[in-house]
Amino acid sequence: MSVANLSYRAVFSLVLKRDLTIAMRHKDDIINPLLFFVIVVTLFPLGIGPEAQTLSRIAPGIIWVAALLSTLLSLDRLFKSDHSDGSLEQMLLSPHPVFILVLAKIVAHWLITGLPLILIAPLLAVLLHLNEQSYTALILTLLLGTPVLSLLGAIGVALTVGIKKGGVLLSLLVLPLYIPVLIFATSAIDTASLGLPYSGQLAIIAALFFGSLTLAPFAVGAALKVSTN
Amino acid sequence: MWKWLHPYANPEVSYHFAGKIIPWLSALAALLLSIGLIWALAFAPADYQQGDSFRIFYIHVPAASLSMGIYFGMAIAAFTSLVWQFKLSDASAAAMAPVGATFTAIALFTGAAWGKPMWGTWWIWDARLTSELILLFLYLGVIALHNAFEDKNLAGKAAGILTLVGVINLPIIKYSVEWWNTLHQGSTVSKLGKPSMSVDMLWPFLFCFLGFILLVSVIICIRFRSEILARNSIRPWVRTLVSQQLAQEKANDV
Repeated sequence: MSVANLSYRAVFSLVLKRDLTIAMRHKDDIINPLLFFVIVVTLFPLGIGPEAQTLSRIAPGIIWVAALLSTLLSLDRLFKSDHSDGSLEQMLLSPHPVFILVLAKIVAHWLITGLPLILIAPLLAVLLHLNEQSYTALILTLLLGTPVLSLLGAIGVALTVGIKKGGVLLSLLVLPLYIPVLIFATSAIDTASLGLPYSGQLAIIAALFFGSLTLAPFAVGAALKVSTN
Repeated sequence: MWKWLHPYANPEVSYHFAGKIIPWLSALAALLLSIGLIWALAFAPADYQQGDSFRIFYIHVPAASLSMGIYFGMAIAAFTSLVWQFKLSDASAAAMAPVGATFTAIALFTGAAWGKPMWGTWWIWDARLTSELILLFLYLGVIALHNAFEDKNLAGKAAGILTLVGVINLPIIKYSVEWWNTLHQGSTVSKLGKPSMSVDMLWPFLFCFLGFILLVSVIICIRFRSEILARNSIRPWVRTLVSQQLAQEKANDV
């Protein structure tokens, strides 16, 4: 069967499997952002002081800001190595819609960086004395929010992948776009800690998720075409 | 309409057209701004609650509206450039970005200066202030992206994509005071027909607002012209223009 006749689903899973395989062979790509996440979170109790009350008050913000930063660190690997060895251009030249290819790469990125982050977040929440009522909210916001981070971040990487010193520029472009997620996620966790319903904030994060899921891959595709020229 | 517009796709025609309208626009802007600002700062009645400190309104509100308006203009330029591949749209978007960033900064600073006597604080993490700050970051990102590429064509396209992604912020700023009940007061001017401010205060505002719009257009036209020159520096018409200019300067020196 020639590559041109593959169904969308087959193309998607092919790219996804390829990216996951590559990531499994470079395990430090998975572990390093996670370590960064843990270390940043540990810095705060050391810097602010170990009072349980203060920590539990600022825990949602710390966990979320650390998640933003560690996602930002891991974004680089999304397109960079593919761009430098030329496989990105081959993907763009293939007869398949860029939307599917890009979406598969972003999903792979989330599985590699977002998911481990969600798994380890409750542990860090214990260290920060997060309110017991807020655990569900923390996990739910991370589940809905980290894919948004990967999707929006992909736009930034796609725009800067052709530039030599793209790293600092990437954070300048991407962090402002992350602010809404941060605001609603932390507000949901805070509301949950008061025992109030937080479905409103969750609904907004879900809207951000579906909006970026449908629109971001188009923007990434256009940006990649500009970057690879 | 295309027939009427298509000569302006030529950089040379656009360059000269922008040069022709600059004196008119700047004269009008100077007139309106001097009338509006003097009227607003010296003669308009003081607010019954806020006293004289409300007068910063006459700079704050035009700057804030323009910060969004310029972004919208930039987004339209980016869209036309990405869809119809007009090179001049990129030039105009690049001309608008720093102006918009400056006006966003003006809006933030005047807002802080107004907030101190009224709210008792320079800054508050209110929805409108935060979203306006994000707008400033977006502008700075667009400018940084413009500067990051060697090739102006690529830079325009990349910055255009970022501009279009950032458009989502505009409705958030616009409606933030209605969606979230916060410290920032609601809109006073734009309720058409029934503005919730007195007419003596409204007229100077309209003068100031139009004046600032014209001022922005003048600055954008000037920057647009220099963007055109920078992008077309190898074209013969630019070279003759430069050599004419040089010859004239030489003649003036002698």
